Amino acid sequence: MTAAVIVKALRKSFGATEVLRGIDLEVAAGDVTCIIGPSGSGKSTLLRCIAFLDQATDGYVFVQGEPLGFAPDASGARARLPDARVRDVRAKIGMVFQQFNLWPHRTALGNVTEALTTVRGIAPAEARERGLAQLRKVGLAAHADHFPAQLSGGQQQRVAIARALALEPQIMLFDEPTSSLDPELTGEVLNVMRALASEGMTMIVVSHEIGFAASVANRIVFLDGGKLLLNGTPKEVFGQPRHPRLEQFLETYLDRGAAILA
Amino acid sequence: MTWQLFQLLVTAAGLTVFISAVSIMIALVLGTIVSVVTLSPKPAFALAGRTYISFFRGVPLLVQLLLIYNLLPVMGIDLPGIVAAIIGLSLCTAAFQAENLRGAFASLPRGLVEAAEMAGFSAAQILRRVRVPIAFRLALPALANEAIFTLRASSLVSVVGVVELTRTAQDLASSTFLPLQLFAAAGLLYLLLSWTIAALGHVMERRMRWGRV
Ligand SMILES: Nc1ncnc2c1ncn2[C@@H]1O[C@H](COP(=O)(O)OP(=O)(O)O)[C@@H](O)[C@H]1O
Ligand SMILES: [Mg+2]
Repeated sequence: MTAAVIVKALRKSFGATEVLRGIDLEVAAGDVTCIIGPSGSGKSTLLRCIAFLDQATDGYVFVQGEPLGFAPDASGARARLPDARVRDVRAKIGMVFQQFNLWPHRTALGNVTEALTTVRGIAPAEARERGLAQLRKVGLAAHADHFPAQLSGGQQQRVAIARALALEPQIMLFDEPTSSLDPELTGEVLNVMRALASEGMTMIVVSHEIGFAASVANRIVFLDGGKLLLNGTPKEVFGQPRHPRLEQFLETYLDRGAAILA
Repeated sequence: MTWQLFQLLVTAAGLTVFISAVSIMIALVLGTIVSVVTLSPKPAFALAGRTYISFFRGVPLLVQLLLIYNLLPVMGIDLPGIVAAIIGLSLCTAAFQAENLRGAFASLPRGLVEAAEMAGFSAAQILRRVRVPIAFRLALPALANEAIFTLRASSLVSVVGVVELTRTAQDLASSTFLPLQLFAAAGLLYLLLSWTIAALGHVMERRMRWGRV
């Protein structure tokens, strides 16, 4: 069986700075992979390169065996795939952003149904049904007619999750989904993610919620300076003896998280 | 001043409304296109957009109108004054609307577009469903302001032989020797029309305010 996501020798530079320095990663179907690491270590860039929101400088991403963005051509050279092909493969992926990125001119329901009608060509009545079902799933059916500006951060993020799920992705990417939330609102978002994981969704989650990572993820990836330093089960990664860089990271960045693991 | 004179002014105001409304509409469409072109990643497109904006912003409308009116016949195109007037007003207003929209487009958070990309939107769908509707909402006060400016600027089109409100007031003033009353009445009509545009702008702002209370 092919892995849900394969990242092969991925490199990304912004100008002269190399941010990803050769990343190899396999995510099996049903895996919940948590990416942790110091700020600036390239976690967002890795996620964005997987989704092809950023174009990697070198290397490949395969989603369910299909190349996303770039593929080796007949001579083995790295070639950019046409936009339509990118859209086809990207349709397997849903993404949730740190800043929610809800469309401000659409209601919660409108955000969820927009792509169903515009992209998938689903009739408005059916899109509405599906949209409401997704909102119900994240506990926001009663807020269907609210605009993003009328929702709390946690509610906005749950709408964003519903928006991604409505397109029935095979893989969900989360980039620090709770980092811009007040602490008391992170729980409602993490609960939705926990439920999603228990349904068997393949998830790649960049998060500083070490407690969530340790309890929900079955793979932990530790990124440091653009390199994948550790990749294993939570037990392997967080258990003793710990890699000194990870130890340092947990101490420096995550007093709270480290306490959970102590 | 008689009721009859006032009716003549109101009729002429109808033409002013027509010329202004058509020009405002064309300018919104053209201005959107110009602003999108200006923000294009292709340097040639961006340059073309910027050149358009700087030309039509920099040359006085009066000169533009006279240019168009005199240029077209030279090019073998024989157009009635009213068409020349609408072309001139639209082209000029479009430059200002493009500039208003450019700011709004540029200030759109990149993430809103990325969310659409992840949802499978094509570039054209992103433009139509995300960038334009949000940019219009952001720019609405400035767009409405420019629409009022267009209405006032329409008083200049008499130079290309269009007998609209201002020109009618002028003609009647010289034949009746009642300039004060006629220009006061014309001014009042312009004011009413400006208020109407402003009110329409407010209604639209309210209807499109995406829930901010
Ligand atoms: N668009 C960009 N242009 C230039 N540098 C960038 C860009 N995006 C990220 N970077 C740089 O790449 C590095 C990794 O960033 P990022 O992937 O956001 O890290 P993380 O998510 O782990 O905090 C940082 O040094 C950041 O400044
Ligand atoms: Mg980040």
